[in-house]
Amino acid sequence: MSYETVIGLEVHVELLTKSKVFCGCSTEFGKDVNTHCCPVCLGMPGVLPVTNKKAVEYAIKAALALNCEIAEYSKFDRKNYFYPDLPKAYQISQYDMPLARKGYIEIEIDGNVKRIGINRLHLEEDAGKLVHEEGKGYSLVDLNRTGVPLIEIVSEPDMRSAEEAWLYLNKLKTILQYIEVSDCKMEEGSLRCDVNISLRPAGSEKFGKKVEIKNLGSFKAVKRALEYEEKRQRELLTQGFEVVQETRRWDEARGITTSMRSKEEAHDYRYFPDPDLVPMIIDKKWVEEIKTTLPELPDEKKKRYMRDFGLPEYDASVITSSKSFAKFYEECVELYHDPKIVSNWVMSELLGLLNEKGMEIDEVVFKPADFVKMLKLIDNGTISGKIAKDVFKEMFETGKDPEVIVREKGLVQITDEDEIRKVAQKVIEENKKSVEDYKSGKEKAFGFLVGQIMKETKGKANPQLANKVLKELLG
Amino acid sequence: MKLYELTIHEAHELLKKGEISSKELTLSVIERIQKVEDKVRAYVTINEEEALKNSEEVDNTRDFSTFLSGIPVAIKDNICTYNLRTTCSSKILENFIPPYDATVIKKLKTNNAVIIGKTNMDEFAMGSSTENSAFFPTRNPWDQTRVPGGSSGGSAAAVAADECIYALGSDTGGSIRQPANYCGVVGLKPTYGRVSRYGLVAYASSLDQIGPITKDVTDCAIVLNSICGWDEKDSTSADVPVDDFTKYLVEDVRGLRVGIPKEYMGEGIDEDVKSAVLSTAKLLEKMGAFCEEISLPHTEYALWAYYIIAPAEASSNLARYDGIRYGVRAKNYDDLIDLYKKTRSEGFGAEVKRRIMLGTYALSAGYYDAYYLKAQKVRTLVKRDFDRAFEKYDLILSPVAPSTAFKIGEMVDDPLKMYMSDVCTIPVNMAGLPAISIPVSFSNALPVGIQLIGKAFGEGTLLKVSYTLEKAVNLEKRKPQLD
Ligand SMILES: [Zn+2]
Repeated sequence: MSYETVIGLEVHVELLTKSKVFCGCSTEFGKDVNTHCCPVCLGMPGVLPVTNKKAVEYAIKAALALNCEIAEYSKFDRKNYFYPDLPKAYQISQYDMPLARKGYIEIEIDGNVKRIGINRLHLEEDAGKLVHEEGKGYSLVDLNRTGVPLIEIVSEPDMRSAEEAWLYLNKLKTILQYIEVSDCKMEEGSLRCDVNISLRPAGSEKFGKKVEIKNLGSFKAVKRALEYEEKRQRELLTQGFEVVQETRRWDEARGITTSMRSKEEAHDYRYFPDPDLVPMIIDKKWVEEIKTTLPELPDEKKKRYMRDFGLPEYDASVITSSKSFAKFYEECVELYHDPKIVSNWVMSELLGLLNEKGMEIDEVVFKPADFVKMLKLIDNGTISGKIAKDVFKEMFETGKDPEVIVREKGLVQITDEDEIRKVAQKVIEENKKSVEDYKSGKEKAFGFLVGQIMKETKGKANPQLANKVLKELLG
Repeated sequence: MKLYELTIHEAHELLKKGEISSKELTLSVIERIQKVEDKVRAYVTINEEEALKNSEEVDNTRDFSTFLSGIPVAIKDNICTYNLRTTCSSKILENFIPPYDATVIKKLKTNNAVIIGKTNMDEFAMGSSTENSAFFPTRNPWDQTRVPGGSSGGSAAAVAADECIYALGSDTGGSIRQPANYCGVVGLKPTYGRVSRYGLVAYASSLDQIGPITKDVTDCAIVLNSICGWDEKDSTSADVPVDDFTKYLVEDVRGLRVGIPKEYMGEGIDEDVKSAVLSTAKLLEKMGAFCEEISLPHTEYALWAYYIIAPAEASSNLARYDGIRYGVRAKNYDDLIDLYKKTRSEGFGAEVKRRIMLGTYALSAGYYDAYYLKAQKVRTLVKRDFDRAFEKYDLILSPVAPSTAFKIGEMVDDPLKMYMSDVCTIPVNMAGLPAISIPVSFSNALPVGIQLIGKAFGEGTLLKVSYTLEKAVNLEKRKPQLD
């Protein structure tokens, strides 16, 4: 029997508000433990939460960008459980009346656009962090993160492969970064993801027993864990076993999932409406105002690049996949007449170097204006395209003005016909065989001779002139 | 002149004229405490040193422009006071010193009030007799073999015994009105949202409300003036204009329409309590009001719905006491779960555990709809009863409690019977309405009061009618014998 994989994702995203969701404490990451805490976020006896309007605004912004319907009426509920990182022993979250529902994200898979449904998006508070020290008989609690606003985005079980899940996650991250509500740094915990995966006989409508996987530390881990789990479940099913409905943990080092707890041990969170917070009545006008603050989103931007800049779909996808990347590109295009040439450089040279160094576009030291200056140096014949690549590398490493690089390294193109003629004569002298070949009709030999001229001049000879001069000399 | 016997407004006049100082007044109250506290046991913590220091500070400023300036107040021990132990009369918070002030305390301090101490209560405000304190029971100043009522029993007893000039209590199901009634003082439960709950250690958040316990109605208006108002720290606090409640202190009930719900006057209510209500009605009619029997048909369900909703919220509110960050932690434990279990087993008393278990059960998967959700529906029906009544009537008159103060120990083994003592006050909390308890007579040397229930934010009317009644029945200077 063949099986179909069914995947759904629950993504928690920390919002970039300056203060926490139910008190005024700072949300800044990486500060000394327990320095960003007040009686409210510590859950001291008698304190009360007050909702941070900015957090609601960011959540609405995210919901709109994910094509969700915003609820006019929603409320906060308490999710009760005991854990030392949860000071009140309940998390303020949203249960049956989330802020937003029924959205979607579009991904491209095998050249087709696929829509992945979003079941719900709600606002909640983050928990603290436990610090376990090796060999110590105790754990310490850091409550700086307590009360940082989170949105939870629950997808529909619409993904059919680890690849789709990976694309969905990337798209989600891109959108959230575009609208600047989160930095989505998985390594800092500002984006966390739990996945649900089940297999069912192909064509079946009924869902199979699902497994939830936690402890996923990177996008790659998500993909690997899903691939592993898909295989594990398929093997179980083909061998006639059943999949146990449970929560599993991803073991990054061993590349496997291991059992964490079964359904029987699942929590009863005893949700009920938080009596300390009045229900949220979301004003439609406010939603409309927030809508106007949404920037151009990646899909629209991509379409515009294809339409206005004449970029191929692939280029447009890559460039718009990160807001900073697109911003860099657009700044260049603003200063340069040919978007396609910019794209060529960005796609090959810039992306190549970034990948090679494992860097993000934000870390690039040179300015778009200098990059465009370099392109203009090619256009006005100061340097050749080939030399430009070296100049570019230098710019990438040092952030220097390309004109300075050209001057310092003496890379100015030779446009003096006489000088080139001298070199060409020398090349003809030294390559009699190739000259013969050319004269007997082998066009390739001409290219070789031009190449020799370039070599002699360390690439500085203007290629058009070299061509012209060589042709004259060879009659 | 016994300074400790003064009301706020009397003391204020003397302070303003410079005839007494705040320090004299405070000392008088401290001496009174020293003299009678053994008999009453109203206080968990006496803030003697600080109080004297504060009174001196107020004397130095000579600023007695506000009513509460320089006047000693007792605070129920579930209202957080900066740097002053706040225990909720529970072992689990025995060592808890809040790092902040409740909003009401901030307001009192702005008015230069002198905090004389923290008063005993039923543990976490759960109870109707102040016998559930983890430390000791408080006794009724009128009869020390009887309870002062609960859960603000310490505050009510302290006011009745002149161990303070006035006090703050909290009322979740009658915890201000019922002890005020048993102790023969005035207790007001304001409209839900009228007074900020920030800093009130939560029992049942949707029902809790802080309010004054005072020697007379005038003081009640004065205290309400200074503690109420919208608070940015409490999102359930109401953004409504704040009246000057002292302007309602006039004798006038002409044309007032008063409903007396028959459901509050039936079985289980003692005859002397009923007759206090009926004679009050007569008195009101004599003064030009119109009284008639009304029906609030869902009253009988209110108590049972309350005992689902309040414990449900309590089970969640009290989950934070786990011995991890503050309060008392069990000494010996094996692991984290054991630490939680032992801390909570050792730290909470029987009544608190009973309600936590009730609430946990009512909220658990599979029972939520049958209990919590249904109780919320009953709550809506109870509210609707009141809404309907207030379309026709300005005020509702009823008993405060089924009987006068009962004997210490009389009901400790029968929690259900104990729960009944709040049967007349609970519906008011369910509906979020304001209500006041004022003494109107005595029965067997024990005070008997009546309850007046008002429209939401109708505290003004309550105070006006209470003031009129207070003047008419004139019990003002009758004091318990403690010397
Ligand atoms: Zn805080």
